[in-house]
Amino acid sequence: MTSPLQQKLRITGPSVVTANRLRDGAVVYRTADSTWTNEIGEAAVVTTAEAASALLAAAKAEGTRAVDAYVAPVLIDGDRVVPGNLRELIRLRGPTIELPITFGI
Amino acid sequence: MYAYDEYDRTLLAERVNEFRGQVARRLTGELTEDEFRSLRLMNGVYLQLHAYMLRVAVPYGTLSSHQLRRLAQVARRYDRGYGHFTTRQNIQFNWIKLAELPDAIADLAAAGLHGMQTSGNCVRNITTDQWAGVAPDEIEDARVWAELLRQHLTLHPEFSFLPRKFKIAVGAAHHDRAAVAIHDLGVRLRRNSGGEVGFEISVGGGLGRTPFLAKVIKPFLKKRDFLSYIEAVLRLYNQYGRRDNIYKARIKMLVHDLGAEKFAQEVEAEWSAIRDGALALDPAVVAEIAARFRYPGYAPLDDNPPELTAARADARFAAWLDNAVHNHKQTGYAIVTLSLKPVGKPPGDCTAEQMDAIAEIADRYSFGEIRVGHEQNLVLPHVAQRDLPPLWRALDKIGVATPNVGLVSDIIACPGLDYCSLANARAIPVAQELSRRYRDLDLARALGRLHINISGCINACGQHQVGHIGILGVEKNGEEFYQISIGGRADEHARLGALIGPAVPYEEVADVIEDIVETYLDLRARPDEMFIETAERVGVEPFKERVYATR
Repeated sequence: MTSPLQQKLRITGPSVVTANRLRDGAVVYRTADSTWTNEIGEAAVVTTAEAASALLAAAKAEGTRAVDAYVAPVLIDGDRVVPGNLRELIRLRGPTIELPITFGI
Repeated sequence: MYAYDEYDRTLLAERVNEFRGQVARRLTGELTEDEFRSLRLMNGVYLQLHAYMLRVAVPYGTLSSHQLRRLAQVARRYDRGYGHFTTRQNIQFNWIKLAELPDAIADLAAAGLHGMQTSGNCVRNITTDQWAGVAPDEIEDARVWAELLRQHLTLHPEFSFLPRKFKIAVGAAHHDRAAVAIHDLGVRLRRNSGGEVGFEISVGGGLGRTPFLAKVIKPFLKKRDFLSYIEAVLRLYNQYGRRDNIYKARIKMLVHDLGAEKFAQEVEAEWSAIRDGALALDPAVVAEIAARFRYPGYAPLDDNPPELTAARADARFAAWLDNAVHNHKQTGYAIVTLSLKPVGKPPGDCTAEQMDAIAEIADRYSFGEIRVGHEQNLVLPHVAQRDLPPLWRALDKIGVATPNVGLVSDIIACPGLDYCSLANARAIPVAQELSRRYRDLDLARALGRLHINISGCINACGQHQVGHIGILGVEKNGEEFYQISIGGRADEHARLGALIGPAVPYEEVADVIEDIVETYLDLRARPDEMFIETAERVGVEPFKERVYATR
């Protein structure tokens, strides 16, 4: 899974634009009204390369809210939008492991 | 411990102020991300999957208890209460906020800690044997030479924009605990036939997409020439290293393309012009640096005190003593390894509470000194043998006394896809599952020394190619698969492992490793023949046949 940052834009299904919030690095998604959200269900979902390119271009033009924007696949499960691969699932939900804080003394 | 001087303190203070201004300008948009990225990387700040990551250098793996407490404070105040010790003797914080980073690095700087040169195309943190200065088999304390290099190469203007990153390791003992052969430049202290101490210099080691072991280009280098020769190597690399192709930019590719012999000749030519110049080492300078390494005032004690003999009656203590405690150069003292590989937990992780507790324990039992090893464990380097029973109880209480050092569950693993933006597959859950499978310490001891290394991508931060068993995560059609290799090692007999066959899916990795281990048990010539010895003797085929017979 080459880093999406290194991939050429290619759309094989429904997609969103995602990035990391500048101030804290948190995962965010681009909305249809040109803002950012940390809820994937509120993300703008595109299905063509043209639409994805336009959404990405607008996201990248952002200077200070989010960084390293790229197009990521999603799956549409009924009325839910869910990440399209493990990498994106981990970005949304966090590490698949129990965080070490829980085994402090 | 090494005592930093006023130059170091000034340098760190200036860097904190500089970075604070850079972050402020980035947050207001005055700096673009393209402009800012290289500036944050120069301070060890990466953007990972779900947060920024700060990598803090631990020069030659030596920490004071004061510094460890400060790391705990940073983990608690700016992160999520833990840190991750890496294969390059660094520590990483995974959840740092950019807006809070200047305050975090200011807090670190106040304790002499920083992230400078832990990223970017420069000379990275210089690593060494975690037992340096106390190992019975060492020629000298390797840290003196690592510190000399640190001073010379920190913010060296000529080498701040190398073709690619440059990693140096220094070893001084017969047994290589610093994995010198997998470094861009390796230094091993040597004694020549006349008894003079100097250095063997090797270049071009490195793992990743195109792994190579370092080749010796200078069998014996005199001490006075230490800096000038290494300067010549770096100059040659800086001039001829490939800047046009990131996959060919490491010095290993230059050495491979030119050939080690030709590379050595070119270094000699460059060196001849500078060896008698300003970089010729004055022994007084070396002595001054050596004098800043303060060794504890050891008490006159005997080996094997009665307290130790009596405590052996406790089988758990005896198991730990036999596994995690090693001989010290000073009579009556011991070197103690703290396992950061508890069953079912992420390798190398340490909570703030554990750091604070270890700092307190180090103050009480190890003259306030802690070491970080490339195997992602910690070490208390100066423990009186008579203190081992209470020390063990204290370490056991905080979960760092698992007697699995060097055994099958002492797994080296990178953060993998759970954290890293470069990863293809997860590494930590694989390590966790394997450590659960081998939680029976009697079985682990019966297997003997066995190193499993796991990397979540071909960049090989888990050093899988030099694991006795190496596991590399790859991606196939969106699924996690793992290539398995055997026969690698990173010690003085370093070699790269060989693939045993096609990659296996995530769900089967632990079963495959069990098959490999059972094959070893069937094939080993005697109970004390190590896995790596059996693998070298019989080759890959028997393991391959067993693993793929039913797959």
